[in-house]
Amino acid sequence: MSTLTPAAPQSTPPGPTALTTGSRRRGVGWFGSGKSRMDPTRNNTAAGIAAWLLALLFATPVLWMILTSFHSETDAATNPPSVAANLTLDAYREFFGASSGVSPWPPMINSATASILSTVLVLVLAIPAAYALSIKPVKKWTDVMFFFLSTKMMPVVAAILPLYLFAKTTGALDNIWFLILMYTSMNLPIAVWMMRSFLAEVPEEMLEAAQIDGAGLLLTLRKIVAPVAMPGIAATALICFIFSWNELLLARVLTGVVAGTAPVFLTGFVSSQGLFLAKVCAAAVVISLPVLFAGFAAQDKLVQGLSLGAVK
Amino acid sequence: MTTATARTAARPGRSASKPSKNARSRERALAWARRAPLLPALIFLIIVTQLPFVVTLIISFLNWNSLRPDQTGFAGVQNYVTVLTDPDLRQAIFTTIILTVSVVLASLVIGLGLALLLDKKFIGRGLARTLLIAPFLVVPVAAALIWKHALLNPTYGLINGVLTWVWSLFSRDTPPQPDLLSQAPLMAVIVSLVWQWTPFMMLILLAGLQSRPMDTVEAAQMDGATPWAIFRHLTLPHLRQYLELGGLLGAIYIVQNFDAVFTLTSGGLGTANLPYAIYQTFYFANEYGLASAAGVVVVIGTIIVATFALRTVFSLFKKEAAR
Repeated sequence: MSTLTPAAPQSTPPGPTALTTGSRRRGVGWFGSGKSRMDPTRNNTAAGIAAWLLALLFATPVLWMILTSFHSETDAATNPPSVAANLTLDAYREFFGASSGVSPWPPMINSATASILSTVLVLVLAIPAAYALSIKPVKKWTDVMFFFLSTKMMPVVAAILPLYLFAKTTGALDNIWFLILMYTSMNLPIAVWMMRSFLAEVPEEMLEAAQIDGAGLLLTLRKIVAPVAMPGIAATALICFIFSWNELLLARVLTGVVAGTAPVFLTGFVSSQGLFLAKVCAAAVVISLPVLFAGFAAQDKLVQGLSLGAVK
Repeated sequence: MTTATARTAARPGRSASKPSKNARSRERALAWARRAPLLPALIFLIIVTQLPFVVTLIISFLNWNSLRPDQTGFAGVQNYVTVLTDPDLRQAIFTTIILTVSVVLASLVIGLGLALLLDKKFIGRGLARTLLIAPFLVVPVAAALIWKHALLNPTYGLINGVLTWVWSLFSRDTPPQPDLLSQAPLMAVIVSLVWQWTPFMMLILLAGLQSRPMDTVEAAQMDGATPWAIFRHLTLPHLRQYLELGGLLGAIYIVQNFDAVFTLTSGGLGTANLPYAIYQTFYFANEYGLASAAGVVVVIGTIIVATFALRTVFSLFKKEAAR
């Protein structure tokens, strides 16, 4: 944690110099002379230092959040900051309701329910759709793909009032199942795009060979498509989970006391003042943990999913 | 928005010229068999996303405040006139534009610099990358809370704390203690969003850099091209579609941003963007017609952005289809 030395933000702005000093690109050293083989090392050291400084600068708020969550409230709210203060679990005890009486478990369970069930629903709908769009492409499949994409481009606010009115009149307000349906529709387009790009990776020759050998649809799916697509399905599921877990606007409008999710619970801290800084940080850490784990596990797939399967 | 595409998908195959009746019906059955797996997802999405928007469109032409149900009626374009002339809502439109443009541009530029750095090999590159991704993975509300309370708070936030510490190193006891949240609240929102979105841009651009054909770069180096020339004439053109994709996807997400505005400033002091203003208009002011008109305005704005986005995605798509 000593990396938190507050001097980091003031350090060199390495941007433009780093762009131009890299005189030898990756891999060039192989067939150059001894001199050019040394060049990349030297330049990469400079780039490495610059990258590390920037990485620490970007990570500082997250690291500071984690450190503060382990401080006592008095140590958390000091100026200048008390980096080396004693570590304690008090903020976590407080957060989990040791004395306050407000338990974060119901919202956490709501979030888990909504995220996991909507992810399952998304996969159930997206996998057949992606199959129809890639392995046995329907006519005009690009049009269908763009329709899916266009629904993702429509802002949530443009549909939220009818959804709210519908929920209010049918009694679905503050009901986790309605939120699950909303999250399913929110993630379905991304899932279809991702799954299509994964299924498109199944080699055509293998499918043809299976057809010639007389394999039926289910056998082909199980023996040929599934092994290739499995990592893709897992990545899609992770991304849908993250998006659902993070969502605030729909949850805030459509849920309340009973079905409130973790982000809605967090908004209870919006106006809390310095007395609860460590507790705020502990809450932020606990509620971010599932996403941090999921995201770190699937870094590469994350970008592919977020860019709707368009970037390989 | 694009119901036309849905229609083409549902159109039965009409390639059959004039074969026997039997063959044609078999072909039709085959076409439906291909289409069937697609339909649940398609129908579900149309019902859940397109239908509500149609209702929004209808409500936007109504004079409807739920607190005065007896005065509900057709309003014509009055709601749209109000959206475009009401100072608060017009301010929300400007705020949305400023917020989106500045966050997208800043995070693209910083993300490009980071991607170029991370494209090189150095010790602990994987760990540095993981650290850089962290901002993007923190739950947005949590991230906004941390910025509000732990970093930007004027009395005990980390940023002012560091200023105090640095000044104390030089035995000065009057460090500057800015209060970004109340002095420049929009800047505070922008800074926190740039922090959160730069990793996204970096990841997309890194993917672009790593798909770059190295042989032309090597050839250019053999010919003695300067690093700047290589960047300018080889790397940048290759990255162009990735820059466009990152910028447009970022724009689509940031136009819709609600969490940061809600948490950091609660829309105060000219920081209410359209999503937040719409939320307030229907949730607290109960002005259903007005909120719907503002929602339609957001969609029109997004369509303008999305038109460019689709073109970019389409160019990537064509490449893939041609493989």
